[in-house]
Amino acid sequence: MAITFLMDGKEITAEDGQTLLDAARENGIHIPTICFHEATTANALCRICVVEVEGMRLLQPACIVKAAANQKVQTRSERVVRARKTILEMLASTMDLSDAPEILTMMDEYSADASRFPDTQRRESEVKDDNPMYVRDYSKCLLCWRCVQVCAEDAQYTFAINFDGRGYETQIGTFFERTIPETTCVLCGQCVGVCPTGALKPKREFLLEQGMTPDQISVLNTGRKKRK
Amino acid sequence: MSEINLAPLTPAIEKFIPLGRSGLLPALHAAQKIYGWLPQEVAAEVAKSLRVPLADVHGVIEFYSLFYNEPVGRKIIRVCTDQACALKNADGLLRHLCDHHGLEPNQTTPERTLTIEPSPCLGLCEQAPAALVDDKAETNISLVTDSKVSRLSSKRQETFESAAYELGRPRSIVGGSLRLLTANCGNGTTSLANYGEYAALNKALTMSSEEVVNEIKASGLVGRGGAAFPTGVKWEGAANADGDQKYVVCNADESEPGTFKDRVLLLDDPHRTIEGMCIASHAIGATKGYIYVRGEYPYILPVLETALTEARAAGYLDENFDIEIRVGAGAYICGEETALFESIEGKRGFPRVKPPFPTTNGLFDKPTVINNVETLFNVPFIIAKGAADYRKVGTEKSPGSKLFCVSGDVAKPGVYEVPFGVTLRELLEMSGGVTGNLQSVLFGGAAGAFATSDHLDVKLTFEDLRAAGLPLGSGVVMVFNETRDMRDVLKRLGHFFAHESCGKCYPCQMGTQRQMEILERVANKVTLPDDAIRLQDVGWTMTDASLCGLGQTAASAVLSAMKLWPSLFVER
Repeated sequence: MAITFLMDGKEITAEDGQTLLDAARENGIHIPTICFHEATTANALCRICVVEVEGMRLLQPACIVKAAANQKVQTRSERVVRARKTILEMLASTMDLSDAPEILTMMDEYSADASRFPDTQRRESEVKDDNPMYVRDYSKCLLCWRCVQVCAEDAQYTFAINFDGRGYETQIGTFFERTIPETTCVLCGQCVGVCPTGALKPKREFLLEQGMTPDQISVLNTGRKKRK
Repeated sequence: MSEINLAPLTPAIEKFIPLGRSGLLPALHAAQKIYGWLPQEVAAEVAKSLRVPLADVHGVIEFYSLFYNEPVGRKIIRVCTDQACALKNADGLLRHLCDHHGLEPNQTTPERTLTIEPSPCLGLCEQAPAALVDDKAETNISLVTDSKVSRLSSKRQETFESAAYELGRPRSIVGGSLRLLTANCGNGTTSLANYGEYAALNKALTMSSEEVVNEIKASGLVGRGGAAFPTGVKWEGAANADGDQKYVVCNADESEPGTFKDRVLLLDDPHRTIEGMCIASHAIGATKGYIYVRGEYPYILPVLETALTEARAAGYLDENFDIEIRVGAGAYICGEETALFESIEGKRGFPRVKPPFPTTNGLFDKPTVINNVETLFNVPFIIAKGAADYRKVGTEKSPGSKLFCVSGDVAKPGVYEVPFGVTLRELLEMSGGVTGNLQSVLFGGAAGAFATSDHLDVKLTFEDLRAAGLPLGSGVVMVFNETRDMRDVLKRLGHFFAHESCGKCYPCQMGTQRQMEILERVANKVTLPDDAIRLQDVGWTMTDASLCGLGQTAASAVLSAMKLWPSLFVER
């Protein structure tokens, strides 16, 4: 059943049950997303896709909120822009965004100032290079959860990774910091595929960035397999 | 590695195996009781027994403050350093203890005899400063400075007068102009023999489920945990929901700084909660109940267990409806209803997106009624006397009585029961008056707002408080006199939320950290240009865009302080 509602003053027709994000995309209205991915369960945790829905006290995440008949939605109201800009500025003061071109583009779009929050405790971590398939650089991780999701019920059912810490100190981690070969990881690579920032990177790409030649890399890779 | 003897673990966690993943927190608690902490081999064995992935077990251990993945002392002292205790020199107490034992906060002695930690609010605010020493509450702590006997020692003069109070169990200080909910409070635990038969339950059982729901709706009762949602509407939703299994959950994860009423209610009158849950189960058709008690209230557990045993022996609990106790492990977020469900299910306490709501998709995805302890305390009264009688107390829009947790700079801190409609001034007079001159009141909790002397004549009702811009919250009234530095209070609020954010949604995960960093600068009087604007943007972003109530209210008190005292936040 089709319903109609207003988004940014434009009348939109959507299927009953369709999310605001989906309806917006079909109608050429751009709503930014970070944690959202077609292949993973939407957790509505990055909140960058929030929009203002008339009659609702709080901003609503477009990735999961369903379109409703006759509602009025603002995708770029003042409150929406303040929230998105502040989230982006907080990200920039928290993590290394150098490998996150989509976020950097968003920052330009929202005139977000990367140095807005001075003197912050940043999330920094050593590069973990412990398996032949990929490296993990959690200084670049923005905690979208997709890697944990695809490693678990959203795809692979491997359950190799979960979370260390909580709150601001949260980081993706393994059981008691075991190396990847010591976990249940099957090196399927799905986590690398859904990582939006280069926190998870194919080993080859990482080594090329380090200045190694393809020939050097192919030699390296033989004999380094530690899998049981 | 080989030092760990796994033999005692198996019998200790055996009974949790049939629970599967839901048995994870109880099993980890049981394991930690044996080993003092959770070594890798132990965590792996628990994972194998309960058939939970290793990484997930690790994630759970990492989430909860009271689980340790590295060795800690056989004795653990947790010194509350939140607002109410800070007024009574909690920082000095922590420093003194640490100095005496040659430790820094969060360190363990080399022989693993002792660990000393600062702790978020322990819910002992009316007897500050307070600490939790293993499973025992230590209150009104004074320092014995003779180095040979330097240890925690309490002024226990009143405690020892009453045989009803055992060592390690905090006193209950109860006052007010009414004793409807607190009739049995203040004299030690009320046994079933003294509580009497569950008369309200017996009456409810003669009524249809619909009649019970209608009575609760007619009473106008709203939730007392902070969200003030109409209880009858909640029950009706769960009663009408389809489900082969339904649950009643009592939220006793009381962790809002400044809140201690539920501790008093559960310790002194556990049967009223159980009776309230039994009535709820009849109203919605539930066959299973849970009481989720915060991990920092370990001394409540034996009281609840005894009461449940009494209730089973009397036939109030049986195979048709029984109640299980679940114990938290140090996570304020688990007071959020969906995070609490996750915790019972053996997961990290991440709040879920709503909708769907608990009435249709609650615990184990089944229709669930979850109520705060104080809310459930109202239920037997409403059913026994009828909604009309219940409404004779309080105001038209805020019927009934309310418990306030009065702490800080007043002569007689404690739990005060009053009808809705008394003024803040009257409440403070009942509490012995402000010691010194009133500067401000933190109203409703850390997630609340500040009031000043301008608000003294505000009537304590939902409607009047809303008009005054003050949230009733969980009934916190924390008083600060004119000598107190509000910057220090704000800094502690900042620390609390940064420590307790679950880390799921970005606004709260990073916003609580940024807020804390700026409030640190405010407290140290080293603010940067534009810090006030940064604080506003962070505050409003958390308020507007966070996923759950924690983030949505994490800036509430700070934003109210910015309105009242803008000069505190400006660089100098």
